[in-house]
Amino acid sequence: MRRVVTPWVFLAPALVATAVLVLLPVLNTLWLSLHQVILFRPRSRPFVGLENYAKALADPVFWEALRHSLIWVLCAVTLQFSFGFMAALLLNRSFAWRGIARALIVVPWALPSVIIGLIWTWMLDFNLGVLNHLGVRLGLLSASVPWLAQAGTAMASVILALMWQGIPFFAVTLLAGLQAIPAELYEVASIDGAGAWGKFRHITLPGLASVIATALLLRMIWVANSLDLILVMTGGGPGTATQTLPLHAFLTAWSGGNYGQGSALAVMLTILLLGVVITYVWRSRER
Amino acid sequence: MKRARLTLLLGTEVPILAFLAFAILPWFWMMLSSFRPERDLTRSPIALWPETLTLINHIELLQRTNFAQNLRDSLIIAVGAVSLGLTLALPAAYAFSRFRFRGRQVLRTQFLVINMFPVVMLILPLFVLMRDLGLLDTYFVLIGGHATFTLPFAIWLLTGYFEGIPVELDQAAMIDGATRLQALRLVVFPLAVPGVIAVGLYLFITSWNEYLFALMLAGRNVRTVTVALQLFIGENQIQWGLLMAGGTLVSLPATALFLFAQRRLVSGLTGGAVKG
Repeated sequence: MRRVVTPWVFLAPALVATAVLVLLPVLNTLWLSLHQVILFRPRSRPFVGLENYAKALADPVFWEALRHSLIWVLCAVTLQFSFGFMAALLLNRSFAWRGIARALIVVPWALPSVIIGLIWTWMLDFNLGVLNHLGVRLGLLSASVPWLAQAGTAMASVILALMWQGIPFFAVTLLAGLQAIPAELYEVASIDGAGAWGKFRHITLPGLASVIATALLLRMIWVANSLDLILVMTGGGPGTATQTLPLHAFLTAWSGGNYGQGSALAVMLTILLLGVVITYVWRSRER
Repeated sequence: MKRARLTLLLGTEVPILAFLAFAILPWFWMMLSSFRPERDLTRSPIALWPETLTLINHIELLQRTNFAQNLRDSLIIAVGAVSLGLTLALPAAYAFSRFRFRGRQVLRTQFLVINMFPVVMLILPLFVLMRDLGLLDTYFVLIGGHATFTLPFAIWLLTGYFEGIPVELDQAAMIDGATRLQALRLVVFPLAVPGVIAVGLYLFITSWNEYLFALMLAGRNVRTVTVALQLFIGENQIQWGLLMAGGTLVSLPATALFLFAQRRLVSGLTGGAVKG
């Protein structure tokens, strides 16, 4: 009997905290999404069924936000992964100052989103930004560009800032994965006459597959959920040009005061993400 | 020999240098800007190299604004989140690593699934709940929020470290008459210290850097540095010098701690990933 109870005693604090501060709010969001909840009218919260969902789906901003979210996740994660992987492969070679290079490349990862937003807003500034200045000076731009203030370039600018933040994550995790691949495998392959590409295809990629899959999944979820960088840099604007799904949910609830509909949007985002996670778990089981 | 050196230089060192420049230069530009007087920053066309370096922005930030108070709030919350987070995560990770019980595997995955819930999904009802409880704008609510939100990852990492310590050690201690808690305190815990420090630093950095909870659940009496900086940006007349000084002061502790903790954190991260 004691053996059965003991682990639960150890787990109890974590379970209670999670239940109160995570599970309860999640259930609460489900409840809110089925009611009309306007923040400034706390007394009346009538049940409205799926009306919040229907309204959200009928709103063209929702579909725009969904499209932005897809662009945001696909572009940012693809860029972070490609450059991060390249950096990891380079850092896995031996050269004199490898230790310093490895330490310094993580800097962007340690910074708060607010500061990343601040740095890039400053560098992209129309009048005082160093990037416009250099671009014009080197002849890449004919005149200063208001990167964050025009619809055509705002999304790309925010993705650039997010990419900067995310490259170290992939560089560092994939590098650790690379170092876990036994060196003997490469030696044997060399004896068998395999070239660099053959070794990469038949040793590096298979050896790294599970690390890549986990890192991609974690990062995709993180990027899909993150809204603070966009909030700081553009606030979703200009207009709705950089509004992603979580930001749309946040602004609907927070600035619009419409908690019911904001919650419905949050629930839909969660369902979309759950779909991705379930696909991942299901496919990794098959393997 | 010369050729090999050249290949290394062009094929490895130059590309790495490009990556490093991309990673470091924006950060360096912020810090450099923070040491330039406002008139130097707002000159058009801009000058790449500063005419003078000064501490005026840092001094003004700490004396004229509430930034020192904001730094103190952030510090209290981060230290609180580390203490609470470790108090919750250590026993849970110990249970996952040392007991085989029904529901163990499900629960371990469950803790990771929790990581998937969008912050917006949690923050809206938490705001309503905390407002009804009268807990908005307190240290308590942010400490609790940060500690719980980082719990899944902390437990995952710590479980990995505990599993690296042979079970035979605590079994031997218990055969010698130690109780389970004594074995935990005297045998397992001292061996896990490096891992615990790494997780503690992770909790600290995450809490120190967090923005959305701090904005929604507090912000008036208890205002963290990230919220304060964002409010500076929102002002109609942006004082870039002050902003850059704030960014520099906030980013230095997190970056220093991160450099210190990274190797261990990464080995924990991928250790878990490789095991699946």
